[in-house]
Amino acid sequence: MLEATVRVQRDAFMLDVSLTAAAHETVAVLGPNGAGKTTLLRALAGLDEMKGRVVLDGRVLDDSARGVHVPAERRHAGLVFQDHVLFPHLSAVENVAFGLRAQGRPQAAAVARKWLDDAGLGDRAEALPRALSGGQAQRVALLRALATEPKLLLLDEPLSALDISVRAEVRRELSKQLASFHGVRLLVTHDPLEAMALADKLVVLEHGSVVQSGTPGEVTARPRSRFVADLAGVNLLRGRAYGDHVALAAEASLAAVDAGTGDVFAVIHPRAVALYRTRPDGTPRNVWRGQVDTVDLHGERVRVRVMGPVPLVAEVTRAAVQELGLTAGAAVWMAVKATEVSVYPA
Amino acid sequence: MKRTRVPPAIGLLAALGLLLFLLPLAGLIVRAPWNQALGELIDPTTTTALGLSIFCSLTATAIALVLGIPLAMILARTRGTLRNVLRALTTLPMVLPPVAGGVALWLAFGRRGLVGSLLYQWFGIQIPFTTAAAVMAETFVAMPFLVIAVEAGLRSLDHRYEEAARSLGAGYWRVFTRVTLPLLRPAIFSGAVLCWARALGEFGATITFAGNFPGRTQTVPIAVYLALETKPEAAITLSLILLVVSVAILVGMRDRWLGAL
Repeated sequence: MLEATVRVQRDAFMLDVSLTAAAHETVAVLGPNGAGKTTLLRALAGLDEMKGRVVLDGRVLDDSARGVHVPAERRHAGLVFQDHVLFPHLSAVENVAFGLRAQGRPQAAAVARKWLDDAGLGDRAEALPRALSGGQAQRVALLRALATEPKLLLLDEPLSALDISVRAEVRRELSKQLASFHGVRLLVTHDPLEAMALADKLVVLEHGSVVQSGTPGEVTARPRSRFVADLAGVNLLRGRAYGDHVALAAEASLAAVDAGTGDVFAVIHPRAVALYRTRPDGTPRNVWRGQVDTVDLHGERVRVRVMGPVPLVAEVTRAAVQELGLTAGAAVWMAVKATEVSVYPA
Repeated sequence: MKRTRVPPAIGLLAALGLLLFLLPLAGLIVRAPWNQALGELIDPTTTTALGLSIFCSLTATAIALVLGIPLAMILARTRGTLRNVLRALTTLPMVLPPVAGGVALWLAFGRRGLVGSLLYQWFGIQIPFTTAAAVMAETFVAMPFLVIAVEAGLRSLDHRYEEAARSLGAGYWRVFTRVTLPLLRPAIFSGAVLCWARALGEFGATITFAGNFPGRTQTVPIAVYLALETKPEAAITLSLILLVVSVAILVGMRDRWLGAL
């Protein structure tokens, strides 16, 4: 069980995060670059100075109010770097044995070899890191951390330095290894796919603060930031609700059902945004003019970003793109039914 | 891309510059008493000087390693004014004329020197004109080469290796001996070789501070200088040896040193 309140002030940037993670649970800290993810990880690993309090399995690792700071080498916190950082002068097996030797464990080399064998890397044991492929190096780095039997496993963007082609394979392997590790597992990433695939719980970090946390399902169902909305593939609007409509920026208004009152988020799925060449007749309550900004092809489905008083992403078929002549700069009308707008308090 | 043509005047001056390097070397090789060289090599004066030079230069390099690596570590950690001051102090012997260095050593460690007088009063130790003085003079002049190389190595070191080692449970000394030093090996190696080469060729500071006593302080460069008057064949043979050593160093380090510059 990890309970952490971490505050790090660096020039104009302020990280202020509280989070808890249970043993046997993978928590992914997800956020755009510069959100403070690596800063958080380094503070938890004991590598950087911080204010706040970190308690791991009842042991106080940091308590700035009482001047407590357990140095990195005595934390039992295994750290896996983004680009593996294997010791270049040591073979794979010696890299894995390094932590075991530091802990004074007998037969470190034999134990390390067993870790490699079990992971199917036995034949690469004597190889130097530069002779390993990216995926192999990342797996050895994970084994190196796991072999010390840490109570907390910290992973910094474990897959993002890898080629797309090997990422899926290493992700599967990582997922398996994480499942068999009994301590607290915390990974930071800017890649939503990585987070969704590996995490039981998401903590979304932006500008140094937590904007949202919960299971991946909960977080994406009710995005509370542009970043989460983009990763969930939905349109996120913010405004003030007045029962049957939401007042948006720039005097635009969004009709909705049971919007409530006060500051709200409104989510519109791209499939609910219909596009027309001329002003549509009929029931849709929300109709706006716009101009096509970008057109992204995803197989048969096409995502069209439309700029205007209410900027939205619409998802249409390839055929519709042809028929409506949707190219960058084209003028279009957008329509959204009030029942397709989901509204929840900000 | 088309290169601009070099005017003939530049080419001529460059050729003259090159000749300035080449002609003395040619002179050394052409005039070498090849048939007597072996005889000179087993002459006691020569072998004594050679043995002393090897001993002194290796000792100086060893001292430079023990003292210079920690110094480089401190230099690599400091910033601002303190760093500039420390850096200036450590690099001063590289630009100071060696004779002045010898005088300075003599004023500090001579029998009436700053520290030397105390050493003599308390322990009856006299440093000048001993082998220890020769080693000190060589260390004084050569250590900066090691410090500069190791400091550059430390500054370009990726400190995440050390952080990874710490997160694996390694304390300071384990990180230092198992990670930092091995990663610095190329920098330490090239620094030590340059330091050794400089120590081997040291003349000015050594003759000023340690004098010229065969078997005690008469190193090869000093022996060469003195032999030129009385026994030029010996001087040429010893110079050839120094030349061979220099070429060997250049060849051995061409990848990591010449290539990098």
